[in-house]
Amino acid sequence: MEPVIVTRGLTREYEGGVRALAGIDVSVEEGEFVAVTGPSGCGKSTLLNLLGGLDRPTAGEIELGGRRVDGFSEARWAHVRRDELGFVFQFFNLIGNLSVADNVELPGLLAGLSAREARVRRGELLESLGIGELADASPTRLSGGQQQRVAIARALINRPKVLLADEPTGALDSASAREVMAVLREAHDERGQTIVLVTHDARVAARADRVLAMRDGAVAHETRLEQGDATSVSRLMQLEV
Amino acid sequence: MRFPLLALLAGGPAHGYELKQALEQRFGSVLPPINAGQIYTTLSRLERDGLVGDDAVAQNGRPNKRVYSLTEAGRAELGGWVADATPAARLKDDFFIKLVLARAAGIADPAELIARQRDAYLQALRELDDVALTTNGDETAALLIEGAALHLEADLKWLDLCEQRLGS
Repeated sequence: MEPVIVTRGLTREYEGGVRALAGIDVSVEEGEFVAVTGPSGCGKSTLLNLLGGLDRPTAGEIELGGRRVDGFSEARWAHVRRDELGFVFQFFNLIGNLSVADNVELPGLLAGLSAREARVRRGELLESLGIGELADASPTRLSGGQQQRVAIARALINRPKVLLADEPTGALDSASAREVMAVLREAHDERGQTIVLVTHDARVAARADRVLAMRDGAVAHETRLEQGDATSVSRLMQLEV
Repeated sequence: MRFPLLALLAGGPAHGYELKQALEQRFGSVLPPINAGQIYTTLSRLERDGLVGDDAVAQNGRPNKRVYSLTEAGRAELGGWVADATPAARLKDDFFIKLVLARAAGIADPAELIARQRDAYLQALRELDDVALTTNGDETAALLIEGAALHLEADLKWLDLCEQRLGS
């Protein structure tokens, strides 16, 4: 497997010497699902923002798809974000006066897809995310879980190399959070989507292939998770009567 | 297994094998395989204590089949079990004992112990989540898995506290 993202000594310091990120070395392989966890202020969102070009490192390197991007100008980053990355945030940031379909197709059209191709991709995505029947609805009428699924469809329309998600379930009740996790799991398990996801929710992190636990701007510990053995319910439950 | 058997018998007389089947049916995939011997041992203790009675039913060419039923005393005992709140699970945590003692003796890095424990809980949470995908509408199994997952999430949060206070 080729790494899609590699960072070397990635550092972000703020005025006055506050170090949000203290020289991180991370490698994310193609098709991998990596969760980043840790207490508030540990640097996990800073890491994600640097990977997405939403913030600039003060030192260190970022490789995306085999080439250095850390020195890119804002204009080049804008192209990278549009063509190669998908973003999902805690809040959905959908455009209220566009339909669900238009919200999803818009970044595709901006990236140069034909109207027909954008429509086909949007149809497939909404269908696979279980919201095919909502194409003509206004996002303002949808539940939080449905809006987040629309936001995920929008993030996937340009078939990004990496989906970057910052607390995607943070604003949702537990049932909606479950729906959104099912959608992300499917994108990863069925379609091999590479995902880097920041979360404080252990249940969400437990879906990843690898969990990076951050403390004070550094990766303190790394956990590799194995697919569960589905036959082991009773062993896990240890129910006694 | 005393009270579960009494509770099953509240639905009517049954023989041992029927009780085993009823338990398996109620709890499905979440219940470990039940040892029939354990059922019969429990039934004979219940009988000794006067909580169940049995009738022997003759069978062709085989030993008599014993059909068990609740006695009045058994019904009263069961009533008490049903009426009383179940005590909250006590925190019996082998890991915590290990952490406190290993730290005091200086024989392990507490942060490493906690990290390893977090790995194990995360992996267990993952397995529960994978298993939850396979319950196919079995509400009892789904509810129990949910309970187990919530406990694990609490365990993980507690590890965070342990790390803050005992992690070095």
